[in-house]
Amino acid sequence: MTKILKHRLFWPAAALVSLLAVNIIANQSFARITMRDGQLYGALIDILRQSAPLMLVALGMTLVIATRGIDLSVGAIMAVSGAVALTIIDSSPSPGSLGTVAVAVVVALLVSLVLGAWNGFLVSVLGIQPIIATLVLMLAGRGVALLITGGAITTVNSAPLKFIASGYLFILPFAFFISVAAIATVGLLERRTALGVLTEAVGINPEASRLAGVRARGIKWSAYVASGLLAGIAGVIYASNISAADANAAGFLIELYAILAVVLGGTSLMGGKFSIAGTVIGVLTVQTLGSTILFFGVPSAQSPVVFAAVVILVVLLQSDLVHRTAKRVWSQVRAEFTSSNQQDTEVAS
Amino acid sequence: MTTVQTTTADRVASVTSFLRTFTSRYASVLPTLAAVGVLLLLLMGAQSRFGNFVSPGNMSALLLDNAYLMILAVGMTFVIVTAGIDLSVGSVMAFTGILGASMLSTGVPVYIAVPIMLGGGATIGLLLGVLVQYFNVQPFIATLAGLFLARGLAYVVSLSSIRVEEPSLLWLQATRFRLGDWYITPTGIIAIVVVATGALVMHFTRFGRTVYAIGGSEQSARLMGLNVARTKVMVYVISGFCGRLAGLVLTAYSGAGYPRNGIGTELDVIAVVVIGGTLLTGGRGYVLGSMVGVFVFGTIKSVISFMGAEQSWTHIIVGALLLVFIVVQRAIVARSDRPR
Repeated sequence: MTKILKHRLFWPAAALVSLLAVNIIANQSFARITMRDGQLYGALIDILRQSAPLMLVALGMTLVIATRGIDLSVGAIMAVSGAVALTIIDSSPSPGSLGTVAVAVVVALLVSLVLGAWNGFLVSVLGIQPIIATLVLMLAGRGVALLITGGAITTVNSAPLKFIASGYLFILPFAFFISVAAIATVGLLERRTALGVLTEAVGINPEASRLAGVRARGIKWSAYVASGLLAGIAGVIYASNISAADANAAGFLIELYAILAVVLGGTSLMGGKFSIAGTVIGVLTVQTLGSTILFFGVPSAQSPVVFAAVVILVVLLQSDLVHRTAKRVWSQVRAEFTSSNQQDTEVAS
Repeated sequence: MTTVQTTTADRVASVTSFLRTFTSRYASVLPTLAAVGVLLLLLMGAQSRFGNFVSPGNMSALLLDNAYLMILAVGMTFVIVTAGIDLSVGSVMAFTGILGASMLSTGVPVYIAVPIMLGGGATIGLLLGVLVQYFNVQPFIATLAGLFLARGLAYVVSLSSIRVEEPSLLWLQATRFRLGDWYITPTGIIAIVVVATGALVMHFTRFGRTVYAIGGSEQSARLMGLNVARTKVMVYVISGFCGRLAGLVLTAYSGAGYPRNGIGTELDVIAVVVIGGTLLTGGRGYVLGSMVGVFVFGTIKSVISFMGAEQSWTHIIVGALLLVFIVVQRAIVARSDRPR
């Protein structure tokens, strides 16, 4: 029992489960999953489908945070990636063909890869603080995306593009498979090779790991490249979901939600130890919380208040001051309990 | 003949040695001087391109249009000099604006509404400061919570824009004190007073020196017996207050409260402060430098609107400029950290 309680995924998982429980109690139809034309529908399936962009971004963010960095530019990269893909599809003679969409997606991902590499260059080679290095792209990226789309919202009508976000493979949404594939790839690369351990080493002490022969620069750089690429995929999914490239709304505030998901999953912002499974739980928690807030009739614009409360609660639970106070109170309670027990036994004897 | 040559050589040598002494002695002023240089270049370039850019009317408008940004930049300078960061300012500004507008529209008298507008921001700042100082939350995360909180509260007050018809608030914007073709509005005066107060507090009070000491090395500041805890909480309170004041000014400027105001403003403010020569690692920076940064930002914006180009270029150029400045800063820090 204590082993389960001590597991570092216990609290994140408990939060997710209790959130789901609240939803199911408040609304019986929440847990209902219906089968229509061989495809599953329901609130839970929606959460899986809609969480795909946040999942991808948060996975990249986990890697970056593990190297003691942060990537603020993911939302802007999403906007650029969506703008590139949709502009290519829009200008092609056959927007509905699979080939066009494939080319557009590949080009968009290459652009995101380059943007990620640019962030990595600033951080790992020039040694600029991650917050500021990625702030440059965060500011400029949306401007670039607006220029690509010519300041307008590019809309296209393309079945293959639409499939990425709303299509079904077997009985589950295609977007869900994308996030599962991303989780599996990142998980295998980080946990079945030495890469994960090296990343943690770089995050815990960059100087020591460099002296120990770890190529800190390359590892940091690759984390930003991965983050850029994953944000690019997220941008394509977002653009596919609304069949449009909206340079202002795409990935808006997603960097903050991704950071929140990573922190909820138990990865420390101080770098070092990270947990892919924790991030997955964190993303699902954030997404479920979002739909819970909507379900309780709060306008989506007001949901930040709830998220702020969650952030404050989580950081307070993690802080030393609260830990110490809780420990002191607990030991006092236990001391009183045992002493009263002793009195009882004395009385009995 | 030879004497002339030697004197030339001497002069060159003395100039380079003067430069070397200057750069090493005043390393912390260099980024700010660079910002002044960029500003002058921008103004001269725009003047030669458009002919009528550096006119009294246009320059006065520069202060008027960017008054809120200047007020925010002063607060942010305090926070960044302690090596912190405040992401909540844009949202706090929006919250103040919409709160004030909604209070005034329901008939709350202005002498009650304005103090509430100004007081609440300091409260949010206090909350963030306590989180950072006593609960050891990273400034980035604590103020991120502040960003969410204030933005959400702004929408709780109202989901749509509310017009302000209170004459005394609109007076702040509509009045023009003229001196020839130059003019200044009460909002501009507020901005300048805030900058002046900020600069004086930074350089001539014990509090200001403690702010610099914390940014230089928090550990050393504590060992010197400086009151680190109170000062760190105070800078967030100051930044929150500046956010509130900026909200008041922006409400007067736009004549309405709008919950979507100031989205992304926190990033503009950080960019402006960095361009103005404040080091993000803390310990170095000037309030007056941030003012120069605001003018650079404002000039880029109005040059782009003069050219009739897309406003999205503003952020691309500001981003590029930010990049140049952080690389320059990086070089300066690397130089001064090198053992001599």
